[in-house]
Amino acid sequence: MIRGSTLRTVRLGVKNLMLHPLRSFLTTLGITIGVAAVICMLAVGEGASYEAQQKIKALGSNNILLRSVKPAELETQQQSSMAPQRYGLEYEEVEILRETMPAVRVVVPVRELNKSAAYGEFQVNVPIYGTTEQWMAVSGVKLYEGRFLVEADSRYSLNVCVLGTHTAGELFPFENPIGADILIAKKSFRVVGIYGPRDDSESGALAADGIVIPIESAREYFGELEIRTSAGSREFKMVQLQEIKVQIEGEGDKLEDNVVATAASIRQLLTLLHDQPDYVIDVPLEKLQAAKEQAQIWQIFLGVIASMALVVAGIGIMNVMLATVTERTREIGIRRALGAKRGHIISQFLVETVVLSCAGGLLGVALGIAAPMIVEAASGMKAIFVPSFAVLAFTISAGVGVLFGIYPAWRAAQMDPVEALRHE
Amino acid sequence: MADPKSGDTPSSDILVRLDKVERHYVMGQTVVRALDGVDLEIKRGEYWAIVGRSGSGKSTLLNLLGCLDRPTGGHYYLGGTSVGELDDDEISEIRGQRIGFIFQSFNLIPQLTVLENLEVPLFYQDIDPAYARQRAVDLATKVGLGERLDHRPLELSGGQQQRVAIARALMNDPLILLADEATGNLDSRTEQEILALLDELHSEGKTIIMVTHGQTVADRARRVLYLRDGKVEQIVKNRESAIHEDAVLEQ
Ligand SMILES: Nc1ncnc2c1ncn2[C@@H]1O[C@H](COP(=O)(O)OP(=O)(O)OP(=O)(O)O)[C@@H](O)[C@H]1O
Ligand SMILES: [Mg+2]
Repeated sequence: MIRGSTLRTVRLGVKNLMLHPLRSFLTTLGITIGVAAVICMLAVGEGASYEAQQKIKALGSNNILLRSVKPAELETQQQSSMAPQRYGLEYEEVEILRETMPAVRVVVPVRELNKSAAYGEFQVNVPIYGTTEQWMAVSGVKLYEGRFLVEADSRYSLNVCVLGTHTAGELFPFENPIGADILIAKKSFRVVGIYGPRDDSESGALAADGIVIPIESAREYFGELEIRTSAGSREFKMVQLQEIKVQIEGEGDKLEDNVVATAASIRQLLTLLHDQPDYVIDVPLEKLQAAKEQAQIWQIFLGVIASMALVVAGIGIMNVMLATVTERTREIGIRRALGAKRGHIISQFLVETVVLSCAGGLLGVALGIAAPMIVEAASGMKAIFVPSFAVLAFTISAGVGVLFGIYPAWRAAQMDPVEALRHE
Repeated sequence: MADPKSGDTPSSDILVRLDKVERHYVMGQTVVRALDGVDLEIKRGEYWAIVGRSGSGKSTLLNLLGCLDRPTGGHYYLGGTSVGELDDDEISEIRGQRIGFIFQSFNLIPQLTVLENLEVPLFYQDIDPAYARQRAVDLATKVGLGERLDHRPLELSGGQQQRVAIARALMNDPLILLADEATGNLDSRTEQEILALLDELHSEGKTIIMVTHGQTVADRARRVLYLRDGKVEQIVKNRESAIHEDAVLEQ
């Protein structure tokens, strides 16, 4: 019975609204635009969040990166003697990490050399990485040709190298590089393979410029001393490892927990091992989490701004409903005389506002689903539609209908029946 | 002024009892005494006319009787219930279940069809829509508008609109039918038709109270209440009516 009468009230409401189709449509339009704006803004926020996350994911959210940095005090200190400045991560720390850290899949040391490489008349200045066979797994690259480093390369300090696709193209514009010997700081290295980006992520593209050699070979042939000449002054520094990449095992939430826990242990360990701040620990996952939070705040902000449109639309509905109530004063009087309670009058008018705003909401959802695509096509900004945005925006629009419909409906119900019947 | 016989009849036959009813409007400094101490008893099945000059308080009295308004003083008992003490929902319920209104200006809802207008009173009584529809069709046929069910009020003549209004007033099978100058907007021929319809309803046992200006109209009623400045001036009992009412009461 209750359901039946509700249905009839809704039907009555729709009928009354259809008496003034243009007026109803215009009133609805505000809600439509508001809902579409909310969905669109949320989608833009989601897009921004997605892009930020993609960037960080490319760094490897299961990685922890340790990098050597020159401590601030060494930076300011005038280099007086020929004695080199020593700082940074060391070989033995790799072993310590391997042995003490649980949940660690691989620990990859990276020694970065500042040398140039040449083949015949072609010469390149690219980063040369002394590292292990596991480097590929943590660097967003894959093998294109030949083979990558193997464990024996390091064990026997073989002079072999693997080229990034880009570097290979520069050194060997006309030949197949595999099997050729290149010179790295006058030492000869045989090209055994070519690697390149795993996908079109940024880090992979970055790695395409580079040469990889076994870490033991790097150590043996080039040592740790680095002499840098700049503007007449000479700088001597000894850094064993520029980078240690640690990859954590696990999946999903478990992985996240492992990363956070391991990062904390590594921080502790390194504070013990180092007496100066000559390293940084970079945890992409933490950045990812921060970026997610940031993006969420941004998204909420955009959504709230767009919701203003809904509030304005709600005021518009209220205005129209107040006019409608006045216009239908006599009808209200008649209905009251025929037995309508205040509640009946309230629900009659409330239903009309809710029908208006829900109709607007539905149109808005349709528009809101299309809008992100238009935004993306027009501005290149990434916008991602998620169904829950539509649900949220629609719920808000229905809420607006109720909120702004209550007062006009209450006004209608408060009318004195005798006065209402006398109304012209 | 009250019917001298009222003491003899069982109290259940007394449908309406007004006890020193007042309706005062306070307008700043002045008080308009629209009704000023009205005593009245109306029994089941009676046919009353309320007559008086413009501003004498006829509509005010009718609105009170129809529970559209409340007395500012005195008591109004409708079928034993003291109306002044009811809350808005209860009073609305009484209007919906026991009262049928007929207005001078018809007061049909313009955007609804004849059939829909007829269904309005039962809509608020949570009555089976199928029953309501059937009753609407029956009553429309009874007032001679069975062919115009899907017409809107503005497509009907004044007399036809008033017939619809009468049918609507009968939808809830009311205890009292109240008519405020029901024929005021109609020509004399149509007026006769409407009055004939009311006579017919009275003969079927309905209690009718109508407000009118015209003495000829008032003569159709069995009792006439003359109002003057919010007070009962006199109550006249038409002879032939008494016989008829006794017949009704005996049924
Ligand atoms: N809402 C109101 N506020 C103030 N005074 C009112 C109000 N309603 C009615 N009155 C006054 O009450 C008195 C009786 O009015 P009422 O409408 O009952 O007269 P009536 O007999 O029906 O007159 P008519 O024949 O012209 O319809 C009038 O003096 C009128 O001015
Ligand atoms: Mg009047």
